[in-house]
Amino acid sequence: MPPRSPTISVETAGSDGLSGVRLSRGTLIRRRFLRNKLAVLGLCIVGFMLVLAFVGPYLTKWSYTDNDFDHLLSAPSSEHWFGTTQVGVDVFAQTMRGLQKSLIIGLLVAIFSTGMSAFIGSVAGYLGGRTDRVIMWVVDLLLVIPSLLVLVILSRYYQGKSWLLLVVGLTIFDWMITSRVVRGLAMSLRELDFVRAARYMGVPTRTIIARHLLPNMASIIIIAATLNVGGAILGETGLSYLGFGVQAPDVSLGTLIAEGTGAALTYPWLFMFAGTSLVLTVLAVSFIGDGLRDAFDPGSTRSKKI
Amino acid sequence: MSITGVRKNLIEIRDLSVTFPSEAGTVRAVRNVSLDIRAGEVLGIVGESGSGKTVMSLSMIGLLAESATITGSINFNGVNLLSLDDNAMSKHRGKDIAMVFQDPLSALNPVHTIGRQIAEALHIHSDISKEAALQRAIELLEIVGIPRPAERAQSYPHEFSGGMRQRVMIALAIANQPKVILADEPTTALDVTVQAQILELLKTARDMTGAAVVLVTHDLGVVAGLADRVAIMYGGKVVEIGNVDDVYASPAMPYTIGLLRSIPRIDGAESSRLTSIDGAPPSPVALPPGCAFAPRCPAAAPRCDASVPELVPISSTRMTACLRQSEIAGLHSSGKMFVEGPRHVASQSTGEAVALEVRSLKKTFPLMKGSVLRRRAGSVFAVDGVDLTLRAGHSLALVGESGCGKTTTLLEILNMVAPEAGTIAVLGHNVAELSKMQRLEMRRDLQIVFQDPFASLDPRLPIGDAIAEPLDNFDVPKAEQNQRVMELLGLVGLQRDHASRYPNEFSGGQRQRIAIARALALNPKVIALDEPVSALDVSVRAGVLNLLAELQEKLNLSYLFVSHDLAVVQHVADDIAVMYLGGIVESGPVHEVFASPQHPYTQALLSAVPIPDPKVERVRKRIILQGELPSPANPPTGCRFHTRCHVRLTLSPEHADKCVNERPELTSRRSGRVACHAPLN
Repeated sequence: MPPRSPTISVETAGSDGLSGVRLSRGTLIRRRFLRNKLAVLGLCIVGFMLVLAFVGPYLTKWSYTDNDFDHLLSAPSSEHWFGTTQVGVDVFAQTMRGLQKSLIIGLLVAIFSTGMSAFIGSVAGYLGGRTDRVIMWVVDLLLVIPSLLVLVILSRYYQGKSWLLLVVGLTIFDWMITSRVVRGLAMSLRELDFVRAARYMGVPTRTIIARHLLPNMASIIIIAATLNVGGAILGETGLSYLGFGVQAPDVSLGTLIAEGTGAALTYPWLFMFAGTSLVLTVLAVSFIGDGLRDAFDPGSTRSKKI
Repeated sequence: MSITGVRKNLIEIRDLSVTFPSEAGTVRAVRNVSLDIRAGEVLGIVGESGSGKTVMSLSMIGLLAESATITGSINFNGVNLLSLDDNAMSKHRGKDIAMVFQDPLSALNPVHTIGRQIAEALHIHSDISKEAALQRAIELLEIVGIPRPAERAQSYPHEFSGGMRQRVMIALAIANQPKVILADEPTTALDVTVQAQILELLKTARDMTGAAVVLVTHDLGVVAGLADRVAIMYGGKVVEIGNVDDVYASPAMPYTIGLLRSIPRIDGAESSRLTSIDGAPPSPVALPPGCAFAPRCPAAAPRCDASVPELVPISSTRMTACLRQSEIAGLHSSGKMFVEGPRHVASQSTGEAVALEVRSLKKTFPLMKGSVLRRRAGSVFAVDGVDLTLRAGHSLALVGESGCGKTTTLLEILNMVAPEAGTIAVLGHNVAELSKMQRLEMRRDLQIVFQDPFASLDPRLPIGDAIAEPLDNFDVPKAEQNQRVMELLGLVGLQRDHASRYPNEFSGGQRQRIAIARALALNPKVIALDEPVSALDVSVRAGVLNLLAELQEKLNLSYLFVSHDLAVVQHVADDIAVMYLGGIVESGPVHEVFASPQHPYTQALLSAVPIPDPKVERVRKRIILQGELPSPANPPTGCRFHTRCHVRLTLSPEHADKCVNERPELTSRRSGRVACHAPLN
């Protein structure tokens, strides 16, 4: 690349070359992210959904546990904005409740499990040797244990307790594959000169991992996190379907979709609103993911220009 | 040999342009090049990376990527090669035009024996029986100097060393008696002593087949001894072409002038003053509107930016592309063309202070065998008894061929832990006795600059943060860090507002300056330089070397300079230590070692370095070493060098036996030290 390309002067305050303003990486990444309109839109959508999920229930007089026996299976109206179910439950109230559950489960599981894979994978890959062998032994062990079975058995103990335990359960069985990928990348990055240079400067291991390893693996980590959001929401559905996750009368987007699909063509409102919320959430998260990835990657051309 | 204008043209390239589409825009790799290749001549094509030299040679043999757009014509025997489709082109490839690639490992098929691959080349172009083809393959292997050819024909490529593989490639190239042999950087991946062997072999190949050889390279030295004519390429165009003697003696294009004066020469003529050319070669995506060299040219006039200069004849045998052609000679002789860098003065601090001392350092790597029960089957003696002394304020060069253990030595020193055997003392402190805190403190004083500036900077860390990394590590306050980063950027010749840019926005030379700034951040006393210029383009090397010399003088630094390039060493170092197969064979002041080497290996190494001067190069006596570096897992007995030593062959039998049985100690002799039973001079 030529040393002076016209697109780069954006980052600098003065053009005389003597301004002496140095922007740290954090500032640069924030700026580049905010310059990506789609990513900002995604951020707004996720924010809006979160607000809606918690404020929404107060906007209607119906609660997700109430039955309106005058309106069974009625289409959306001014009384019931999103219509009602077979037993007269308000679909708007249900969707809001479901959104609350699913957003929190999806986002938390994605953050925790990706964080775990990134941390554990890079430690194993960077340190190598015995640490690596022990960690990979645990990873392989977790991979061969049928996770569903364990969750089902454990469900005896967590049933009736906080559904947040579900987040822990889903996280524990969701980080291994990504962590193997991260470990592989870390092993090849470890051999590069800039990591070696940092080591010879006496930079401590944790700083090397945070400063050099993770940013260089950001793309793969962000993609994994983005996929995990949708995956966790759907994974929770599977458990609920088997009777171990969110249980009636409580609802989640997953259970709503599962129940509504059968009637998708005849009573579309049973499923459409929950489905749309899920699609919108996942889409918004992937916009954010793309934006972050471009912000981290200096080679990307998209976030360079104003 | 040189002035034979009567030779007929074999290949006529007319108005050739090659472009590639890319994300960043159209890559104009070759722009309107016209060139003749004459029967039986050696034509050197010299250019830096991105100058279009490789693309041009590939277009002659029809091996460009599908996406390339090619215009113009390449006439060979009355046929326009560009009009042929792939099948028709295959009739010429290998038969009329043969190619020797840069990397012989990827150019040979790893799953077929060498003999079969050569036989296959013969099969394709002639009616020859299987047995006869194999027989001929063995003959060819013998011609290119493969020992025990009948046996080696059964071997696979991985069983050959790099130099041997390149010999096989040449055997493949001459198999069908081609008219033209294209050699694309044939020696770049090889060590200097092996390079000398291969260049010698190319000469033989030319004499045997009578083929024209097109030698594509970035190294002006390689061309000097071998070529009849030389074409200099820059920014996709040929900017100067002529007989090799004329071009070297009186270069006419400012780029050629700068290039010839920016490369360090081992023979000391005009030594230690290097001209540096500002800036970096242009990207083929964003070429300047006028002359491609104008932005870097000290003689550029406004009209140079207006139109692209064409090649015009300046004598019957020479052409050059420069608008100010008539004035250049005058400007050059009046010394107004390029500013010379500082003369490297041997450091004056004569004190006895020692920056770095290494005594009988050893490092072995285990060779493991077995998959379930792994056991040690042997050892690789990477470093086996190395002694080094780096005087404070001086530069010590550690030289040797690849695989001799010089990088391992360097890494052992930088690790700052107790070595396997021997001692390492940094600034008078034995590293084995340091506590963890002391070791961290010592790291302030010892910094490193790596070879590859593309790998040594984190691509995702802005360079300001990269330079501040060592400061951050020693808890320097943020405000002070900022100030220091700005100071350092100025010191290495970069602009302050570069600080918030990412490494991918910089050229190789600039990146190396950033790496140097990072190494200087903590005001170290010793800097280890691991081949700091070998990955850079020729025209930017001088700038970095001059910077290093200037910094040393200004900041009183001590350099431990690891390199395989003796010409560069001669330019920057005060002392030299020559390494062979894990041990030091000779050490002493640079000028004395270069003037009268005592160890036969040093002598051979020095004689193998090409000199960018055809007159000197043609008459120079070369000592061509036999074979290649033995494996450090199974080093020879006695003197490690005895298997390749040319001096031992002249010794009486009892003396020669001593070399085989007894390892010579490094002993003081004259002003240096040498490990040889029969030292020279």
